[in-house]
Amino acid sequence: MADVIKKATRESYGEALAELGAVNDKIIVFDADLSGSTKTSVFKKAFPDRFFNVGIAEANMMSIGAGAATTGLIPFCSTFAMFAAGRGFEQIRNSIGYPHLNVKIAATHAGLSVGEDGASHQCNEDISLMRVIPGMTVISPSDDTTTKAAIKAAAEYYGPVYIRLGRMAVPVIYNPDELDYKIGKGIVAAEGDDVTIVATGIMVSSALEASKQLKEEGISARVIDIHTIKPLDKDLILKAAKETGKIVTVEEHSIIGGLGSAISEFLSEEYPIPVIKIGVNDVFGESGPGAEVLKKYGLSVENIIDKVKLAVAK
Amino acid sequence: MEKSELKELKLFAANLRKNILTAVYSGKSGHPGGSLSIADTLTYLYNKVMNIDPKNPNDPDRDRLVLSKGHTSPALYGILAELGYFPKEELTKFRHIGSFLQGHPDMKGVPGVDMSTGSLGQGLSAACGMAISAKVTGSDFKVYAILGDGEIQEGQIWEAAMFAAAKNLDNLVAIIDNNDLQIDGRLRDVNSPYPINEKFEAFGWHVIDAVAHDFDSLASAFAEVEENRGKGKPIAIVQCSIKGKCVSYMEDRAEWHGNAPNKEQYEQGISELDQLIKEIEEE
Repeated sequence: MADVIKKATRESYGEALAELGAVNDKIIVFDADLSGSTKTSVFKKAFPDRFFNVGIAEANMMSIGAGAATTGLIPFCSTFAMFAAGRGFEQIRNSIGYPHLNVKIAATHAGLSVGEDGASHQCNEDISLMRVIPGMTVISPSDDTTTKAAIKAAAEYYGPVYIRLGRMAVPVIYNPDELDYKIGKGIVAAEGDDVTIVATGIMVSSALEASKQLKEEGISARVIDIHTIKPLDKDLILKAAKETGKIVTVEEHSIIGGLGSAISEFLSEEYPIPVIKIGVNDVFGESGPGAEVLKKYGLSVENIIDKVKLAVAK
Repeated sequence: MEKSELKELKLFAANLRKNILTAVYSGKSGHPGGSLSIADTLTYLYNKVMNIDPKNPNDPDRDRLVLSKGHTSPALYGILAELGYFPKEELTKFRHIGSFLQGHPDMKGVPGVDMSTGSLGQGLSAACGMAISAKVTGSDFKVYAILGDGEIQEGQIWEAAMFAAAKNLDNLVAIIDNNDLQIDGRLRDVNSPYPINEKFEAFGWHVIDAVAHDFDSLASAFAEVEENRGKGKPIAIVQCSIKGKCVSYMEDRAEWHGNAPNKEQYEQGISELDQLIKEIEEE
């Protein structure tokens, strides 16, 4: 087996942003004293005149981004997910969402895999917070390829976009030459007929691994990569629901308000079938190496396999 | 200032005040007090200072105004209607279902509104975003933000104040409307933001004092603004004003922060302003 190439989606973001800056002079970047971590530092190095550090003032950054967008520029505002969606919520809601301004919020260090920094920095609520804002597009890429595609697509799309990125290196899943990426269109990452695992963000690679192991035990698990949580690819979900009859959702986010909720909300009205949600079970995380924290809180390949078996047995 | 010019401004402001009363009365809700306290400043800005064209509200080179104290939308709508951005009759639909004149400014719906505001503390940051964009693109438009004195209790104002000075946004002017009243009463009795001038100075701004209801004072303040362009500092005008100015029963009364006049009160206000117009014309 070939070595798995791993890369953090925040790294992919930094590279994609700098590439974009070279071809689109409307891109302007704001960061809140975390450019080394969010990787906007790559853009800063290439285009210092279009990069502004607002300091430790995330709420201010969101409203500044809004003002910049009114003039026709395309601002990317970056900080950790906790401080973007959490601290900046009301600014995003009122200054960006309500006027539907063309601001891209690229939030890194989302979820438990932040690791050692602990619960204060592990944002398991951002998908929920961003999803309820009318007109907000919510994207949660799974790997290097989809992150780069998402950044490019977000810049080409007019309107507010929240892009959720991770700190931890994760496997590269897709070949860029074979990826047909569209905002709002999910990807069938593995075929299967017995059950569908719907995953988002860094949990997609774990879902794929689970599907592979389940196959050896005779269970055929489809894997859908929902990189855009809003707008949700309803056709793809409905098709999977009808064809496999069972769904397990996997996300590095609270089971309240995130991907699992979005799928449940949709299916409960359109095609009610059992949906088992794997995510953070309404608790705060804790410090530790990212992979270990994920495992302790149920976001492991083993737990996905157990839950899929449960679903199939139902 | 020439007498004729002064007369023209005073008449414009009096008519703007009538628009404010009409909007708030028609909407049966809204914020007349702080709208009336900025009526003269808006009159001077839109007629004498800003590069704007009511026929081309989306001109990328226009000057921008962010009404950070967004609850005083009747003043902004009132002046935009007076200048012909939209028909004056629309003011009677203020805060009505289906009207584009929302309780707080909605830039998507109203020609001439440069930023949606209403949640206090965010407008100065948005103005910073516009000002820094002008620097990035080499545009020479100017940005004006109008802040409430109570509003500067919001911490984000000071995040923006720090940013504007640090990034040398000398194309940005903040006007702090110091009528000394907020919903719950006198500023110092709620949570004092004083001294205002020294705070902005300490944050690196060039600060100018003005009397809001004296066009000569506004003229000299904005002349000082122009003298200080290109010197690397954002500029703050701290204007002393009277909440409810020119409507006798509203003047300097906190209870008129967010209440609409009844029919009798409305008619009295309009009659006082008509009398004022008569006096100005006879001057």
